[in-house]
Amino acid sequence: MIAVLRATLAKDLRLEWRSKDAVNSMLFFALLVAVIFSFSFDPTAEESRRIAGGLIWVAFLFAAVVALNQTWARELRSQVLDAYRVSPASPNALFLAKAVGNFLFVALLEVLMTPLFIVFYNLRAIGPVWQLALVAALGTWALVVNGTFFAAMSIRTRSREVMLPLILFPISIPALIAMVQATTGILTGELSPRFWINLLLVYDVVFTTACLVLFETVLDAE
Amino acid sequence: MRKATVFALITLGLLTWGLHQAMVAAPTEATMGDVQRIFYYHVPSAWTAFACFLLNFVASIVYLFKRGQRADAFALSTAEVGVVFCTVVLVTGPLWAKPVWGIWWTWDARLTSTLVLWLIYVSYLLLRKFSTSGQTPVIAAVLAVFGFLDVPLVYWSIRIFRTQHPQPVVGGGEGSGIDAQMFQALMINWVAFMVFAAMLVWLRFRLERARQQVNEAYLLRDSADIPQRMKVSR
Amino acid sequence: MYGVQGDNGAGKSTLLRVIAGLIEPTAGSVQVFGRKPRDAKRSLGYMAHASMLYDELDAVENLLYFGGLYGVGRERCEEAIRAVGLDPALRRRVGQYSQGMRQRLSLARAVIHNPALLLLDEPFSNVDAHSAREMVALLARMRDEGRTVFIVTHQPALLEGVADEFVSMESGMIVARWPARGAAATIESARVERTQEARR
Repeated sequence: MIAVLRATLAKDLRLEWRSKDAVNSMLFFALLVAVIFSFSFDPTAEESRRIAGGLIWVAFLFAAVVALNQTWARELRSQVLDAYRVSPASPNALFLAKAVGNFLFVALLEVLMTPLFIVFYNLRAIGPVWQLALVAALGTWALVVNGTFFAAMSIRTRSREVMLPLILFPISIPALIAMVQATTGILTGELSPRFWINLLLVYDVVFTTACLVLFETVLDAE
Repeated sequence: MRKATVFALITLGLLTWGLHQAMVAAPTEATMGDVQRIFYYHVPSAWTAFACFLLNFVASIVYLFKRGQRADAFALSTAEVGVVFCTVVLVTGPLWAKPVWGIWWTWDARLTSTLVLWLIYVSYLLLRKFSTSGQTPVIAAVLAVFGFLDVPLVYWSIRIFRTQHPQPVVGGGEGSGIDAQMFQALMINWVAFMVFAAMLVWLRFRLERARQQVNEAYLLRDSADIPQRMKVSR
Repeated sequence: MYGVQGDNGAGKSTLLRVIAGLIEPTAGSVQVFGRKPRDAKRSLGYMAHASMLYDELDAVENLLYFGGLYGVGRERCEEAIRAVGLDPALRRRVGQYSQGMRQRLSLARAVIHNPALLLLDEPFSNVDAHSAREMVALLARMRDEGRTVFIVTHQPALLEGVADEFVSMESGMIVARWPARGAAATIESARVERTQEARR
């Protein structure tokens, strides 16, 4: 299972490197969002710290959806999914490989976008910065694990690209609240992020388990 | 008398009793006045919606194990009725908040959680509507499981979010005392709403089962139409 | 080797997919070597009309990945590529292959793990004559080695002299079977047989 996971992840990274489909569109979209936000929300230095937490995560969320929507696109194009389903390889290996791949893409995006936000909003973290990394990691996984799973579900629907955010956003709300509150807490130093980090941890554990238990069911639904 | 009629009459009776309790029997609230009486519809609706979603969760899990059509029909019915009651909560909330606090929407913990619940189950209904394959029930059941697993997280996160950013609370905070007669009115209305919901679910269930059976009949008819052919053997 | 034919919508593809375990039958059951298809994955090879390959990878990369799903090593992958008449050293991406080359590589992918049962859905469609002949020859060799091969095709002529039996389907049922070689079939008894209820 680990071997298949590694092979699938390597294959996806190689494919992405060759075509650069997801990364390019994601990056450009994220840049656009950052610029538009700075026109729409033109804050003073103090206020900016307070709302930046929310803005950043909304921007990441929309950019992540762009990446998530094409998670299974290549597999569907040439009916590769059938080849996988017919083989004895574990479906969960496939799922985890896709989820980890998405995680890496979105993480890359965050690493590239954060400086932009710091510049546009004159940000400076008052609380401990390593906590920001932890929040980012847990929050990103929360979005990506459900996003990859729901992308597989929306394969069997009309208006696939619309369906994904439609079912992903409501369920992600607790995680989003947590991400935003934690980030704001660290940036302003006004509230402790510890509770929110714990919530993200619980969210991640609950939904990663749910995804692993139910992925095969979704994959085989034809 | 037909079952449906009996059911409807019982429901009507309970609702009427509940109405009387809410509007006449219960005392007027000290600070808010008569507007507060919306409480007897607002709160029971929320509890009823939650009960529906709980049943939807159970039905979905049963479906994933047994793949029975009845479980699927039940899941669909409870989800729809649950969304209806959720909508009632979301409409009565602002109706209550505006005269009392002058604002339409308060980010009150219960109201906000109900909004998220509503979003989750509307997305469930949309998924069912937009799904193309014959495996709609399976995908929907999976989403229902995810949605319900999310519910405690929704309540928890919003509750703590509210304590960090307090705002007016619709319907009395946690642990606020309640007058005995008001409590009685509340309970009677809750029972009435639950019976009402049960009736709606039952009717919707029958409708969905009928639709499923019509589909089955079409399928059978189409395959029975195939003319018999001979098998040629050496 | 069975040649399965029938008009569009007869249920041929569905039949293959049910045997492959991709679709659960709504009624009845399927057994592959005495087990359910999903328990017999190592004995199955499936090939669809779509290439089931990654366009952005070359032949070896594709087979290494799909072979890896079965635990098959590099040598066997290269061997399989050669067996269908392609060159493992070719670095061209599969997306730039001709249809014939693509189908041949897809066949290599389907048999990489030496399955005992092969299910091929329209393997020869839009394929040049040379590639088609190569594929038929390879499939005949595999049949001679003791494997069972189901081929759904609109071009039964390609299987003339090679297939053992032909099967005809209509509206979701197998309506006729006749041996390809040997004496002309005689009608001994007329029986109605519903082998599998193909779901539409």
